[in-house]
Amino acid sequence: MNRHMPHQTAVLPEVREGTVLVALAGQPNVGKSTLFNLLTGLHQHVGNWPGKTVERKEGRFTYGGVSYRLVDLPGTYSLTANSPEEVIAREFILQERPDVVIAVVDAATLERSLYLVAELLALPAPVVVALNMMDVARQEGMEIEPEVLQAALGVPVVPMTATRGEGVEALLETVARVARGEVPYSPRLPQIREDHRPVLEELEGLILGYVPAPYPREWVALKLLEGDPEVTRMMRETLPQERWERVHALLRAHDDAQVAVASGRYEWVGRMVRAAVRRPRVGQIGLTERLDRWATHPVFGLGILALILGAVFWLTYTVGSPLQDLLETYVVGGLAEGVRALLEPRAPEWVVALLADGIVGGVGAVLTFLPILALFFAALAFLEDVGYMARAAFVMDSVMHLMGLHGKSFLPLFLGFGCNVPAILGTRVIESRRARLLTILLAPLVPCTARLAVIAFLAPAFFGRAALAVSWGLILFSILVLAATGAVLNRVLFQGRRSAFIMELPLYHLPNWRTIGLSVWQRSLAFIRKAGTVILAVSVVIWALSTFPGGGVEGSYLAQLGRWLEPVGRLAGLDWRLTVALLSSFVAKENSVATLGVLFRAGDEGLTDLLAAAYPPSVGLAYLVVQTLFVPCVATVGVIRQETASWRWTFFAVGLLLVVSFLAGMAVYRVAAWVF
Amino acid sequence: MADAGTAVPLNLMRTGEKGTIAELTGGHGLRNRMLALGLTPGAEVTVLQNYGRGPMLVRVRDVRVALGRGEAAKILVRRGEG
Repeated sequence: MNRHMPHQTAVLPEVREGTVLVALAGQPNVGKSTLFNLLTGLHQHVGNWPGKTVERKEGRFTYGGVSYRLVDLPGTYSLTANSPEEVIAREFILQERPDVVIAVVDAATLERSLYLVAELLALPAPVVVALNMMDVARQEGMEIEPEVLQAALGVPVVPMTATRGEGVEALLETVARVARGEVPYSPRLPQIREDHRPVLEELEGLILGYVPAPYPREWVALKLLEGDPEVTRMMRETLPQERWERVHALLRAHDDAQVAVASGRYEWVGRMVRAAVRRPRVGQIGLTERLDRWATHPVFGLGILALILGAVFWLTYTVGSPLQDLLETYVVGGLAEGVRALLEPRAPEWVVALLADGIVGGVGAVLTFLPILALFFAALAFLEDVGYMARAAFVMDSVMHLMGLHGKSFLPLFLGFGCNVPAILGTRVIESRRARLLTILLAPLVPCTARLAVIAFLAPAFFGRAALAVSWGLILFSILVLAATGAVLNRVLFQGRRSAFIMELPLYHLPNWRTIGLSVWQRSLAFIRKAGTVILAVSVVIWALSTFPGGGVEGSYLAQLGRWLEPVGRLAGLDWRLTVALLSSFVAKENSVATLGVLFRAGDEGLTDLLAAAYPPSVGLAYLVVQTLFVPCVATVGVIRQETASWRWTFFAVGLLLVVSFLAGMAVYRVAAWVF
Repeated sequence: MADAGTAVPLNLMRTGEKGTIAELTGGHGLRNRMLALGLTPGAEVTVLQNYGRGPMLVRVRDVRVALGRGEAAKILVRRGEG
């Protein structure tokens, strides 16, 4: 497999002779992904924007014998630098100069979605407006005249319904003609509100001759007035000191200019809408509003959320777990046997063991995650696609405030009860980098199924009939630790700032299976390619540590490491065997039980009795606490690396969990030793 | 309405009430996000849901927008149809 995809190495991928570069822009929820999937099908590549954790989708298609490269820009409401997405979208257009920009707008919410067009027209690339969701607009009783809109805007407008493939041919034809320069292009640009025109002119005069290429001067002046942090920094660095002070004073005196710029755009939008919409929306209460009376209700909304999540987990366990077992038994087991049968007589013993146990075991760790992951991805994509995700965030917002987060972090964190891996991958729904990072750091504190299984096995060993109460107590304790850690991290790392909770609740609509299917496919592939390699490598290393220099786990390097770490473990009451069990859980949480089995030379039945005899309840409880909050499995660490795109944050996450789990274990051990 | 004409914070408006945005307070960043979602001075807003606690739901420019209470408090609205 080609692991060196061009997007990772080059900011400017080479444009092949004759390839037309097309950028796809649009606000969220206007059907941009549907159109992207429709045009490129499986000929797409998903990666990250260089140096960013924002998803970058690119695809190819041919039309009329010409090959096209289509880059999906992040969905943004505006092009002011409020988030990395907006910067990525505008920098791409400014730096790469696409031959055509397709601006997707939602016909049913024309007024709001033309706002981005108002911003796009100010950039130096020809725009074609894809007037999408004509069917929804019609259903809502609206009548829109695309030709009139085209005349008013001064740029080509193509009416379409991407979900049904209507209008795609016309769109491609228009894009082709614009790329060949056959279409007269004279956009009518929005103006700043009347009262601020002199300020804009004065500002343009001040920066004249100092604006670095390729930024248009008027655009830079407007962004300065809007208080755009990126453009402000750029101009502060390029302008001579005295000039910058004059610019700064002017901006200070017109603090309200930001509103004037936006109002100017909305005035322009208003003119377009008045011209093109022949009959506005009929004032009926739509399906969305009727559903939302329940879905966003503070009480019923929570009930509906609980039902949906229950269904997701039910599906995962009735379909996913058996599949996981089948893969484990037949594919992974079969592979290991096959390797043995093939090599046994000829190759040295350690080579056979490395291949059959180390590598096949590591591949198995990656592979057996897939069924559960694919199901979770499908559930996430489905809820996102039909529009429910935003409602879940809405009803959970108040609770999430307690840990310095807002509603959007709830669903990813909750998925963590199934498996931390999709939880971390699911944080992509959170736009703010800060909130997303915090959610990624907290996600491993949610006890996943594997950890719950360990608790379920060990709690009876230590606590007999009180095991159930102890198990629930451990889950509750993890959630409390999560909330406390969240509150502290938010204060320490982010000075207590919480990103503003303000978001659109999109219209509900029927799921688009193609979009969902492609999303599951792309994400599974990314998991195998990126996280998979890390997981495989670490699994092999841990396998080697627990096998060499020989004599089983007890004589291994891992055991030596455990003995060496025993003084630390002792603080939480853990001896070297419990410490080794913890270390081995790094590959997969279930391993800790197996390791204890080996270290106590026990069969499965005997282990509980042996453990009960070996450790007092205080040690048992401390061990369960540390085990539950400990560094997550290698798969989770792999996706933390994948999603933060930073080893620094990955090590920080691991270190944080080490500290948190040990502190909690020590505290619990002291208290428990005193109580029991 | 008795207090028509004076602007009130959006979070104090009840479900079903309508008004026109008079002013956005708050920092540049938050204002930019509000403006991009269509919450501009002069725009008409309808409160779709406000239970007095938790986030609220408004309609502006044919779009439903969810806002935290802290964010809503920074939008001043003149009550009554525009």
